[in-house]
Amino acid sequence: MNFAGQVSTPPGEVNLVTSGLRIADYLGALKVRWAFGRNNYRVAPGLYGHGSPGRNSPVMVTANYKLSFDHLRKNLSGIDCWILVLDTKGINVWCAAGKGTFGTNELVSKISETGLSDIVAHRYLLVPQLGATGVAAHEVKKQSGFRVIFGPVRASDIPEFINNQYKATTAMRTVRFNLKDRMILIPAEIMEHFSYLVFVMAAIFLLGGLNRHGYSLDAALDGGLAASFKIAIAYLTGCVITPVVFPLLPVRHFFLKGAITGFLIAVAVFILYPSKNIFETIAWFLLVPAVSSFISMNFTGTSTFTSLSGVLKEMKTAIPLQISIASAGLLLWIIARFIS
Amino acid sequence: MKQLYLENVVSLEYFPEKCNGCRMCTIVCPHGVFEMLDKRAVIVNRDFCMECGACALNCASGAITVKSGVGCAAGIINGILRGTEPTCDCSGSPGCC
Repeated sequence: MNFAGQVSTPPGEVNLVTSGLRIADYLGALKVRWAFGRNNYRVAPGLYGHGSPGRNSPVMVTANYKLSFDHLRKNLSGIDCWILVLDTKGINVWCAAGKGTFGTNELVSKISETGLSDIVAHRYLLVPQLGATGVAAHEVKKQSGFRVIFGPVRASDIPEFINNQYKATTAMRTVRFNLKDRMILIPAEIMEHFSYLVFVMAAIFLLGGLNRHGYSLDAALDGGLAASFKIAIAYLTGCVITPVVFPLLPVRHFFLKGAITGFLIAVAVFILYPSKNIFETIAWFLLVPAVSSFISMNFTGTSTFTSLSGVLKEMKTAIPLQISIASAGLLLWIIARFIS
Repeated sequence: MKQLYLENVVSLEYFPEKCNGCRMCTIVCPHGVFEMLDKRAVIVNRDFCMECGACALNCASGAITVKSGVGCAAGIINGILRGTEPTCDCSGSPGCC
């Protein structure tokens, strides 16, 4: 991290950061969006300053995931403030709050470690609203004397929030999940189970060599290779197509959303690559929706509105269905190897 | 457009007689589940609740309970495999919050 300078405070020097991001920050963001080094993209916890912070400047609290930190500072143009970075082990505010690392105890200890009460004359902190899952405002007040003001959900609303005398509108308080929010998460979805995908593709490729004469590498290169690509298509249906068309799918269960996109893609695959083998044909009408359904169900964790109780309920129905349909599909596909 | 998940499933419970009217639940809820009516909170959008637990944690008078946790299929599978509560703490795995 490059600092713009330092500011002197009674407990010591505090590093100043800028709101302008550099190319390295954008490249770093691109990298973690594709899930490379995502668990180790951090800034050092502690106190920072922005602009020309003084004794009456507000204190913004955030997580030490660098993507969160950068997202906050790029929205602070023209605002003099302090930034208190909690040690969330490099996890973003909302997820860390769920785990409790962005929480009351960590906030109270960072207030005391940084000597914040000697740096600012006031006694309030601006905490992102999604931090409320881990931060109990009344406990922070009791333990540190600082009043927690929960700010907007999105950092981009901070300037307006400050101009509104720290009042957030209903829109600022509400989590969204629109097309842009979903699209930005797709790369990480693709990467999530990528190693399993490669393993399954390799297994399908090798199984593709089976035939009634025993085993043939030509058959693997022909049918096996095509089959492993169909599995990849099913996987991508679940983690790209389902998220994109998400609200258009007229069901609420994620596993059903994935089954629908999977079925439609299975139809497209059949039209583009028709097979004369009935077993092979039926196999893909089972396998593609089953794989897509399972992968789409994992999008619950990425979404911003599913409850644990709801996901548990859906999984109780979905997992047995997905396993039986995928097994039936696989069996038919193997049978097809021997009668083609 | 706001997305609605499954209906009649969440573990959110609210005891209005304990409400002290501090409005904190209406501030912290990311889905507008609570609103104020005559100086007390009321549940207006129960099925929008995602069980994040922010309201219960920030209710100083203990008027709200919810079994909070991660609404994440991968997290639930993780929990089952490890014999723990559902967790998104998949250290070492790249694609996880």
